[in-house]
Amino acid sequence: MEEERLTALKRIFDAYRAEKGNTIPVLQAIEEEFGYLPEEAVNWIAEELDIPQSTFFGAATFYAQFHLKPRGKNIVTACDGTACHVKGSERLISGIRRELDLGEGEETTPDLSFTVEKVNCVGACSIAPVVVINRKVYGKSTTDRIIKEIKGIHISQGAVAGVGARSPSQGAVAGVGARSPSQGAVAPDKKRDEEE
Amino acid sequence: MGTGGMAAGGGEVLDAFRSALGKADIKAAFKSRCSAHKVGCRGLCAKDVLVDIVMGGEKSTYQFVTPEMAPKIVEEHIIGGAPVKEWLVGEDYLNFHGKQVKVVLSDCGNIDPEEIEAYIGVRGYEAMKKVLSAPPEETIETIKKSGLRGRGGAGFPTGVKWEICRKANASTKYIICNADEGDPGAFMDRSVIEGNPHAVLEGMIIGAYAIGLNHGYVYIRAEYPLAVERLKIALRQARERNFLGEDILGTGFDFDIKIKLGAGAFVCGEETALIASIEGQRGMPRAKPPFPVYQGLWGKPTVINNVETFANVPYIIRKGAEWFSSYGTEKSKGTKVFALTGKVKNTGLIEVPMGIPLREIVYDIGGGIENDKALKAVQTGGPSGGCIPADMMDIRVDYESLIAAGTYVGSGGMIVLDEDDCMVDVARYFLRFTQSESCGKCVPCRIGTKRLLETLDKIAKGQGTHKDMELLETLGRDVKAASLCGLGQGAPNPVLSTLKYFRHEYEAHIEGRCPAKVCKELLTYYILEEFCKGCMVCLRACPAGAITGEKKKPHRISQDACIKCGACFDVCKFNAVAKK
Repeated sequence: MEEERLTALKRIFDAYRAEKGNTIPVLQAIEEEFGYLPEEAVNWIAEELDIPQSTFFGAATFYAQFHLKPRGKNIVTACDGTACHVKGSERLISGIRRELDLGEGEETTPDLSFTVEKVNCVGACSIAPVVVINRKVYGKSTTDRIIKEIKGIHISQGAVAGVGARSPSQGAVAGVGARSPSQGAVAPDKKRDEEE
Repeated sequence: MGTGGMAAGGGEVLDAFRSALGKADIKAAFKSRCSAHKVGCRGLCAKDVLVDIVMGGEKSTYQFVTPEMAPKIVEEHIIGGAPVKEWLVGEDYLNFHGKQVKVVLSDCGNIDPEEIEAYIGVRGYEAMKKVLSAPPEETIETIKKSGLRGRGGAGFPTGVKWEICRKANASTKYIICNADEGDPGAFMDRSVIEGNPHAVLEGMIIGAYAIGLNHGYVYIRAEYPLAVERLKIALRQARERNFLGEDILGTGFDFDIKIKLGAGAFVCGEETALIASIEGQRGMPRAKPPFPVYQGLWGKPTVINNVETFANVPYIIRKGAEWFSSYGTEKSKGTKVFALTGKVKNTGLIEVPMGIPLREIVYDIGGGIENDKALKAVQTGGPSGGCIPADMMDIRVDYESLIAAGTYVGSGGMIVLDEDDCMVDVARYFLRFTQSESCGKCVPCRIGTKRLLETLDKIAKGQGTHKDMELLETLGRDVKAASLCGLGQGAPNPVLSTLKYFRHEYEAHIEGRCPAKVCKELLTYYILEEFCKGCMVCLRACPAGAITGEKKKPHRISQDACIKCGACFDVCKFNAVAKK
């Protein structure tokens, strides 16, 4: 295991060693540190805490917060709670996924820039539909606005290619999630919307 | 500044006011008496950002405030003394609050939740001091007399629960606050913790003393980061003042509270699954009996109460059981916080006396239906609940009445549906949720919800038969009767309730129609040539390449290629795309 990773894990181990029922807090700390649960990290902690690996993986596969595969740099959490649902969240989410060219069952763009996850209730129902991008809450969202935000983030992170580009040729000329060079815009994004 | 207020830009508005006040040319004495601070959620999310200016005891409230408006308000109102009338809240704000009775929310929106001094300033922690200097049994009697029932949804009498735990024979006992608010459409608990976390802590300390235990937990969703943050601050401040910890205020009573984060499992709102989660296991419920009051966390007697239940306690102790029970109905005392959302004008958080007619909530407080559409139903009780149709608006909102109508008060989520909502789709939506959140332990829920969902999907796609409708009813009843926990026991309710009141919509789907034009497979999107400007926007938006047409000539949708995603409907600015 890499030195850096090992150091981080030792820190987590020290913090949670004594706590009763520490399976979940430990996993949460690992997820927070690495953005997901690397298998070797969980195995190491299981060894150190003398708790069977199966206990950890049992919890990891049960709770929605834990991910066994790497996630995107930016997390887009789209709420599909009841209030958001009746305010059209399904179409909003489809629109976002379409823009990022995510196929059926795919959550993360191949270049690991964005993950789009659908959740059941963020708890901000009055301002439905709600989308959270990198922990910032956007209320009364529209497909256009969210896509603008995503594009803005992508550009600010130094992207040259379009978001979620699958191959250099597709990304270089085209815009976000473009399907063919002719369809994508060449012009840069307009200035970002002001806050609501 | 709750999550909603901040999403609307509350942080930026506060900064703008601070900066405008700083820049303003005002005398030092005035400046020191003038402070800008944040408060918790006051409920009317639809009008965010709301700002109060309190001068000389008089309060004016502004709505939809943006940072750009701050300098003018400072200049004209604060310095000049004249409120900027066109920016003030209107009659609907007053109507929103008119029929509400705030107990739990009484201090939310008036105090800074990150300042214990602010809570103490409105008599916070006085109830705790009163309780600590009296026999514990007295406190239990008061809670029993008040008639307070669990606000998480089950409605079990709180005083009775505390008493059973007190009498249980064990040296270690636990008290847990269930802040795992998972019902889609519910954000009452989040707002209470973000707006007045100390009220919850005070309630827990009082409970701990009355029952006679020393360890408490707050189990809170990880998806509520602001609430978690404010809770941590509140705990730290309470410890600093020795309201928590060892020998609290010199009484010899030890009690402290730990925070446990949830990890994204709806079922962990169920008390035995919650306990399993704290113990570090998969959040799977356990058979009851034995109930947690007898055998709970680590096998010890445990009282688990909802956030709102705890938040009521300090007010009951301070103002008395008679005061609390003067609100509500015979069997449902006090007030209840509801999250009113959906197709109503004034969406937000409200607190009303139990027994208020539903009509008053939707029309007087809620301001009626958005866009003047027709009300269809009000959904209550979250994924375990059902619907109340439009012709039953005179129903009183209390535990018994709602159960009689086939739904529950539940945790407090209330979603208003209008003529554009499809009840089959609503039932399917809830089943998808409960099916995916089912822990898998018991057969009736694991397999039953899956089959119920499959059947609903078939019907929604226009492939259902009358036999399928019968299956929904019989299977639904079986799943209710045989499931291990509340998730499975409640999962069929949305289906059974919509079948009861909206059978005709199911019938229509079996005939191949979705009257509300929601269910994709039963829709046809087409272009109205007379409105089409030939702008090609829909053509470009279509992911299936199903639209053909030239510039400035009417376009056409090929029904063979159309995947009914609705993208064209969304992007057309000329209302030229219609659906039937």
